[in-house]
Amino acid sequence: MLLELIRKEFKLELRRKSVVAGLGLYLFSMVFISYLAFALKQNLITPLVWSALFWISILFTAINSVAKSFIGEKRGMDIYYYTIASPVDFLLSKILYNFFLCLIMALTGYFLFTLFLNDPIENKLIFIATLALASGGFAASLTLLSGIASKANNSNILMAVLSFPVVISILLMAIKLTKNCIDGLDNDANYEPLLTLFAINCLVTAVSYLLFPFIWKS
Amino acid sequence: MKSNWWKILSVVLLVYTIIAGLLTGVPRLNIVNETIRALYFHVPMWFGMVVLFLTSAIYAIRHLRNPSFKNDLYSVEFANAGIVYGILGIVTGMIWANYAWGSPWHGDPKQTGAAIALLVYLAYFVLRSSVSNQEQGARLSAAYNIFAFVAMVPLIFIIPRMTSSMHPGNGGNPGFNTYDLDSRMRLVFYPAVIGWILLGVWITTLRIRIKMAEEKINQIEDEKTH
Repeated sequence: MLLELIRKEFKLELRRKSVVAGLGLYLFSMVFISYLAFALKQNLITPLVWSALFWISILFTAINSVAKSFIGEKRGMDIYYYTIASPVDFLLSKILYNFFLCLIMALTGYFLFTLFLNDPIENKLIFIATLALASGGFAASLTLLSGIASKANNSNILMAVLSFPVVISILLMAIKLTKNCIDGLDNDANYEPLLTLFAINCLVTAVSYLLFPFIWKS
Repeated sequence: MKSNWWKILSVVLLVYTIIAGLLTGVPRLNIVNETIRALYFHVPMWFGMVVLFLTSAIYAIRHLRNPSFKNDLYSVEFANAGIVYGILGIVTGMIWANYAWGSPWHGDPKQTGAAIALLVYLAYFVLRSSVSNQEQGARLSAAYNIFAFVAMVPLIFIIPRMTSSMHPGNGGNPGFNTYDLDSRMRLVFYPAVIGWILLGVWITTLRIRIKMAEEKINQIEDEKTH
């Protein structure tokens, strides 16, 4: 059932290519604005500014891409899913799919940043691991919040308001790790923050897993 | 909690805190000096806030397991009182920082963490007010309450301990839990914490009683019109 649901997500996404294209363009615009504002006339990009801009872009793109997972659904579809699948399978399929989407977006963002700005990252391996873990954390927490926000009136504003405070701890750890990667610290120094990030992910996923059935009922 | 002894205890402890907190001797430390007395008023705010938010989250869990007007009301009102304590904690902290650090807002990890914790619960109230169906709103906000509380744990308890901070008690700065919280201060500090927590619970129960009474009045008026 889980696999079926994930397959369904991918199929739906490929059928509505405009959504993915829109998200890609959103990310591109954010990178391009950063480039115009910070690097075109005078080069203001220090490694720390780079990491701040990078994570702000990734955060906004992640919020927008995950937000559509529930908010975009047609009315009545959720009743249909409710009858054929268990809420937990449904949530997991959404989280896994959103994880994939966020990771693609993060990697694309990294590529665009190296293209337009520069690439201050010394320790590539740890940085990719950070991207993966942060995407997982974003996917797990934002999917549940998107489910909550979709039930309310002004979902799009609410999505941003609800998610910022919750993802900040993930974001702070990611920025800390990015700084380590920029400084080129070796793997031993990064082991502990990576583990903390992973622990936060586990925590967030577990809570989403427990709470989702209650949201799904309404 | 129907009996009154804990309310009297709260008043007695707080009167004691104010008198003893301002008059008894304190150890003389660099920079902090007399402002160390903020320990009796500022730090208990955070203890109180965490206790109130925790209670709010517990009532949110109870609400999800067993939806009722009462559980929801308790959860909301405890969160309300928690926000008041959080704001007081930030304000007292800023007054203290103005003297000890030279400016009220210093971008210290503890300050940003506290501000984010308040943002979470303000978002909680925005969520409540933007769902039109009351029953559904109660359930969604209960879910968000639990989620936010869990997400707040690393923010308040783990990350500030991993980063350097100028806050007393961190990174070799004198403060709570170290050698300098001597027995004289403990004699005031622990009663202060208990007194402030009890006061928070008292405020909450009063608000709950007001809301219950309002609800009852509404019901009676509804019956009249029908």
